[in-house]
Amino acid sequence: MKPLKRIRSRTAVLPHANIDTDRIIPARFLTTTERVGLGRHAFEDWRYLADGSDNPAFELNRPEARGCGILVAGHNFGCGSSREHAPWALLDYGIQAVLSSEIADIFRSNALKNGLLAVVVSESEHRYLLDHPGIELCIDVSTGCIELPDGGRFGFEMDAFARHCLLEGVDQMGYLLQHDDAIQRHEQRVERAA
Amino acid sequence: MNAPRTLFDKLWDAHQVVPESDTAPAVLYIDLHLVHEVTSPQAFSELRARGLKLRRPDRTLATLDHSTPTLPADADGHRPYTTPEAEAQVEKLQANCREFGVKLHDWDSDARGIVHVIGPELGATQPGMTIVCGDSHTSTHGAFGALAFGIGTTEVGHVMATQCLLQRKPKSFAIHVDGELPKGVGAKDLVLHIIATIGVGGGTGHVLEFRGPAIEALSMEARMTMCNMSIEAGARAGLIAPDDTTFAWLEGRPSAPRGPDWDRAVAHWTTLRSDAGAHYDREVRIDATLVRPTVTYGTHPGMAGALDAPVPEATNDQEHRALEYMRVTAGKSIAGMPVDVVFIGSCTNSRLPDLRAAAEILRGRQVAEGVRMLVVPGSEAVRREAEAEGLHEVFTAAGAEWRVPGCSMCIAMNGDLAQPGQLVVSTSNRNFEGRQGKGARTVLASPETAAASAVAGRLSDARSVLKTSEAAA
Ligand code: SF4
Repeated sequence: MKPLKRIRSRTAVLPHANIDTDRIIPARFLTTTERVGLGRHAFEDWRYLADGSDNPAFELNRPEARGCGILVAGHNFGCGSSREHAPWALLDYGIQAVLSSEIADIFRSNALKNGLLAVVVSESEHRYLLDHPGIELCIDVSTGCIELPDGGRFGFEMDAFARHCLLEGVDQMGYLLQHDDAIQRHEQRVERAA
Repeated sequence: MNAPRTLFDKLWDAHQVVPESDTAPAVLYIDLHLVHEVTSPQAFSELRARGLKLRRPDRTLATLDHSTPTLPADADGHRPYTTPEAEAQVEKLQANCREFGVKLHDWDSDARGIVHVIGPELGATQPGMTIVCGDSHTSTHGAFGALAFGIGTTEVGHVMATQCLLQRKPKSFAIHVDGELPKGVGAKDLVLHIIATIGVGGGTGHVLEFRGPAIEALSMEARMTMCNMSIEAGARAGLIAPDDTTFAWLEGRPSAPRGPDWDRAVAHWTTLRSDAGAHYDREVRIDATLVRPTVTYGTHPGMAGALDAPVPEATNDQEHRALEYMRVTAGKSIAGMPVDVVFIGSCTNSRLPDLRAAAEILRGRQVAEGVRMLVVPGSEAVRREAEAEGLHEVFTAAGAEWRVPGCSMCIAMNGDLAQPGQLVVSTSNRNFEGRQGKGARTVLASPETAAASAVAGRLSDARSVLKTSEAAA
């Protein structure tokens, strides 16, 4: 994973609550054995009309939402399945960060492991962001701060380890492999007890 | 004396290889890793790219279920895969399992089936274990008093390489279910009722422990239905303390301990319950006597209510849109809505008692004209037992399709799907927009409600379908 220190981009807003992983990437695209190339199917059934043309009612199809790297989504974003294809699709589509007042556990964990910043903000800040689509934000991972265009700031909570991994681009599999001695001791202890 | 601990605390403590700290999550040991074709290929590729072996093939078990056809192979042995990609994905798993030495329940295995159905059937799922799979409904295995949860593909790779995961300890949430469920009301009704009570995100960050007399009275299959749906409230996992029902169900299964090992295991498993006075971060009480046949009326599992109750008014745009999508009217019950497809299957409700309950209703009756009904057993073992009892004949005589085990219309990635606008009464676990086919409308229900709705051609309470025919007889 590449280190991720800060993201500066405009926001696109998808205000709907409970946007589930089937909406983010429908199951019929899960037959891939690769991580790349899912961006064109992100939000597929919402984004395209039956004839394959863009659905004008879908918020991310609006001209002002194009190229926005920060997605502000309704409460409980990413609920549903454990498919890592959901953050893969969003990243491939060009989303670098998702902000919501609640983000489902497995989605959040998957997102952070792929360098997709998943950030929970307070209800009032969420309300503000939902009401102001298209503003440019600067999300600073090291300080845990979101800067607004008018100079205002929100802080956000992030697990210290998750932050460290993003900032340093930590290879978590490598980190686990370093604990091999402790893992072996655990295995021996359990086998002796059995 | 040690402070009283919850069942979850005990499971967590026993698996911490490195305890968590402010700066780092715990390194948590995983006893059993279940693998299927959809969420594993990229993880195997990662191992290969790093030149790593799979650490514990003996703690890894694979099956084919998600993208597999549920129609049988033709005379030449060709299976009707929906796309070449689906077939390639299955072949990839076969090749990966050969290369890395993983036991795969392939097409020729008499134990193949949905990953969360076969783990328990084989006795691979046992109390006290940590169990993971690249699938959110891994929570199912919590019915045995195992800490079981879904993970993403990156984490699948972590477990393959190290048998461990980096985890922060979730919070605990006790769901006390008092009283007794009324006759004709089962685990699916109860769990939908609970999700409607705590909300679709109500369990986020928590491990649920279902407890109380109504839970103790449930069969293992019913407990699996409960824990399976924990994730639909956003919970990390669901748990039920193991007891004599659990031990009786497991004894003699292929991977269960035997002889003196069995006695030792049961002695240990008996300690796996929450101590009196243990602290939960959250608690809620549910009165089982108030639960009625329950279904969903919206587009997430929290939008659920009693079948005969009026659909509540939408309180926000999203709910408004959900009711529009489902074509239901607030203030009116959805009972009586015309049904196009009925699906009995999925890791929520595809076990033998589920099929028996559905067959009981279909016996001597017909699926209504214009309704398509699919019955998909959860595993080859379920299929064998059902066929030995003649249940398949009950289904086919009624006009339903009897299929080969797999996830099928639960996720609709194998070609089993509904058409846009069709109303599906489904015993599966997710009613998200498009989950069962683009534009399809899903009503989640128990096997009884699903079967009764198939007969009536309208969303119906099984108790009234049974009563009507009694009166007519
Ligand atoms: S039956 Fe459905 S929920 Fe269960 S494992 Fe298969 S796709 Fe997932």
